[in-house]
Amino acid sequence: MSVFLLAVLFWLAAWAFNEWLVRRQPESRTQARLIGIVVPLIFGATLLVLWEGAVRGFEVPFVLLPPPSAIWDRLINSLPILWADFRQTFLKAVLAGYVLGCGSGFLVAILIDRSPFLQRGLLPLGNFVSALPVIGVAPIMVMWFGFDWPSKAAVVIIMTFFPMLVNTVQGLTAASAMERDLMRTYAAGYWQTLFKLRLPAAGPFIFNALKINSTLALIGAIVAEFFGTPIVGMGFRISTEVGRMNIDMVWAEIAVAALAGSVFYGVVALVERAATFWHPSIRGG
Amino acid sequence: MRNSSAAIRGQATAGDGAGLPADAGAGARSVVEAKGLGLTFQTGDGPVRALADVDLSIGRGEFVSFIGPSGCGKTTFLRVIADLEQPTAGSITVNGMTPQEARRRRAYGYVFQAPALYPWRTIEKNIALPLEIMGIGRAEQQERIDRVLDLVDLKGFGKKFPWQLSGGMQQRASIARALAFDADLLLMDEPFGALDEIVRDHLNEQLLKLWERTTKTICFVTHSIPEAVYLSTKIVVMSPRPGRVTDIIDSTLPKERPLDIRESPEFLKIAHRVREGLRAGHSYE
Amino acid sequence: MVAVDPVANLPTARPTLGARLVGGKTVPILTVVVALVALWYAFAVYLNAPWQLDRYAKSEREWTAAELVRDTLNQERPVLPSPHQVMAEIWKTTVDVRPTSKRSLVYHGWVTLSSTLLGFAIGTALGILLAVGIVHNRAMDKSVMPWVIASQTIPILAIAPMIIVVLNAIGLSGILPKALISTYLSFFPVVVGMVKGLRSPEAIQLDLMRTYSAGAGQVFWKLRWPSALPYLFTSMQVAVAISLVGAIVGEMPTGAVAGLGARLLAGSYYGQTVQIWAALFAAAAIAAVLVMAVGFAHGLVLKRMGMAR
Repeated sequence: MSVFLLAVLFWLAAWAFNEWLVRRQPESRTQARLIGIVVPLIFGATLLVLWEGAVRGFEVPFVLLPPPSAIWDRLINSLPILWADFRQTFLKAVLAGYVLGCGSGFLVAILIDRSPFLQRGLLPLGNFVSALPVIGVAPIMVMWFGFDWPSKAAVVIIMTFFPMLVNTVQGLTAASAMERDLMRTYAAGYWQTLFKLRLPAAGPFIFNALKINSTLALIGAIVAEFFGTPIVGMGFRISTEVGRMNIDMVWAEIAVAALAGSVFYGVVALVERAATFWHPSIRGG
Repeated sequence: MRNSSAAIRGQATAGDGAGLPADAGAGARSVVEAKGLGLTFQTGDGPVRALADVDLSIGRGEFVSFIGPSGCGKTTFLRVIADLEQPTAGSITVNGMTPQEARRRRAYGYVFQAPALYPWRTIEKNIALPLEIMGIGRAEQQERIDRVLDLVDLKGFGKKFPWQLSGGMQQRASIARALAFDADLLLMDEPFGALDEIVRDHLNEQLLKLWERTTKTICFVTHSIPEAVYLSTKIVVMSPRPGRVTDIIDSTLPKERPLDIRESPEFLKIAHRVREGLRAGHSYE
Repeated sequence: MVAVDPVANLPTARPTLGARLVGGKTVPILTVVVALVALWYAFAVYLNAPWQLDRYAKSEREWTAAELVRDTLNQERPVLPSPHQVMAEIWKTTVDVRPTSKRSLVYHGWVTLSSTLLGFAIGTALGILLAVGIVHNRAMDKSVMPWVIASQTIPILAIAPMIIVVLNAIGLSGILPKALISTYLSFFPVVVGMVKGLRSPEAIQLDLMRTYSAGAGQVFWKLRWPSALPYLFTSMQVAVAISLVGAIVGEMPTGAVAGLGARLLAGSYYGQTVQIWAALFAAAAIAAVLVMAVGFAHGLVLKRMGMAR
């Protein structure tokens, strides 16, 4: 019990410290940035301490919720297995599916660009499909493409295709009437207008889809593994270790998945900052 | 060479002052030649006559202002010259060609109400845009960029992005862009409408100097009487519903125009006549 | 009368009735749907043909193209069931069976729907509360907001089985564990949307409230809350769709016996492709109804507030 009280004490102290930090008038920009990083870190640390304290203090059974320290131990000790799972699920299924799904969504958007009829027909359907539980096609894909990673990549393709299609089609209409008129006064051709005006203007929309899809892809691949895999993969590991009540291993795998997902998203966001630096949402930040 | 549909010229001219010497020889020398020009938009609320029976001839090297209340069709007329709108009656030639042919041959530069600079391109790259589209070589591009940046007093700002510049500088950059490909005709649609009075005076002065140096033909849409009188060799007064020409005033001001010419009796006399013309157009309501 | 002729979409078309229909959304959508169904039939024939040809070969039977098409579209366990098979299955499991029966799609749909709605309700309430806290407290804004975003990096759907096992172990069973997964997924868009919405009033409007020396509560109820409502409903549309996904995945790998997710899993175990597709369509229908219901509520509220466009 006293462990838990200590943890609560730590939490209160950290909260007070955070309150004090955010009320300070930062003297310089670096200091302001530092506060912006430190405050959430402290909050995260308190979460972990509270977790550890609660689990130890209330003697929560290990199979229910292991303390963070045990998860960390397990993570360090099973790096080879985690790496193999990561390679199977992320490096093969997620990346292949992501590239193919986003790429084909983009290409189809360009293809239907010249037909307003097809756009009016496909856009509402694409929006509709984006709201559907597309992940349900996972069992079908496993039946069609077998247990190994191609079936997972297929699920990822289907999940990422429609957000990309819808966003690109919308993005291609983002250039203003005046900007288009300008191209017309130069008697610019379709492709010139596309490459010099409409695609750059669509950039923020396309990156929006890329970011949404980066999270969808990982989830799609992991869930698809519930429907059958070879004996490797993040989804496979999670479901089998749950069955064996090795909950610390499950959490270690979750930590890897969370890290992989964050890094993936972060990389896409960084590329976005570099590519659409001109957009008010980025240059204002 | 002449547009064959010139034959369907409307009956009598509407505006009293509009009966300009539309002699046959004018075609060769005049840059823009409109006869009985009309444009009717089909809208949800029925047809709207934006232009009706406009007869106008603009000679080489003239500075023509179009002035009138909003809805009088001055912008529409400019857009017809630029082939951004198609007339539904009468005929118009630009450099003796149809507007479409003229646009294909890049006969004019167009300056919009807003700068319409592409935010993902630097000022230099924005100026290079029409040159890229017209397939002009790299070396010559740079040479022209330097020249027009100098013309609009933006030397040293070529590597900046549009959003890093003030509104007046942005509009100057857009003028530089319109000058870059050496068209003889410059179409300007309320280019300084969004700027404050002081910046506007300054740009007006610069524009006059530029016009003198380059001997271009300029069509300038405005709703400011002093601006129109100060800049123009010819002022076209228009009235709305339907858009018609009510008066055409040839300026008697000298070519050399310091800013304080706006207090001279001659200036005020012309301004008075413009105001009378505008009032006459309004009395219909 | 209706011109479905593809030529009608040329830009030269005059605004006749046919062109207006084509110019609207109905005809294009229907055209695409019809094309998709046709494509589906084509694929069904193509994908199911190998097995059918194998059958013909084994029974040494002569066959015609028409027979092949007919047979491929009516297999017992096709690789890709044809649309009419799926429709027949849906009809059979919704209309012909008592809604309380375990074989009824209505029953399974209801199981999924109830946990979806419960999770959605909790998630929305939680999201609104968090957003209010974040907007009114700087420390919360700085410390909680990054973690709200980080929380979404945990692929919750991937650990749904574990959560349900764990929650079962501490005595929570029934629809609540699944609902909690929906909650976890749905609170996020609501927080993000509501924070944006509660902050959407412009400085002038806030200054106006200050000139009236309005209290924090008054500013909230008279300015922030009404301005946030459009954002709330937009987020809720996302949240309800994602809640459904959460509920379905929550039913998948846990030995659950009821719900659309369990139907999908059972179908995949026994190779019942028709059953899988029927469950998928049921899920799609529920998603459509939920999203439209939220959209309808959105329109209704905006109308009552006089904000309808």
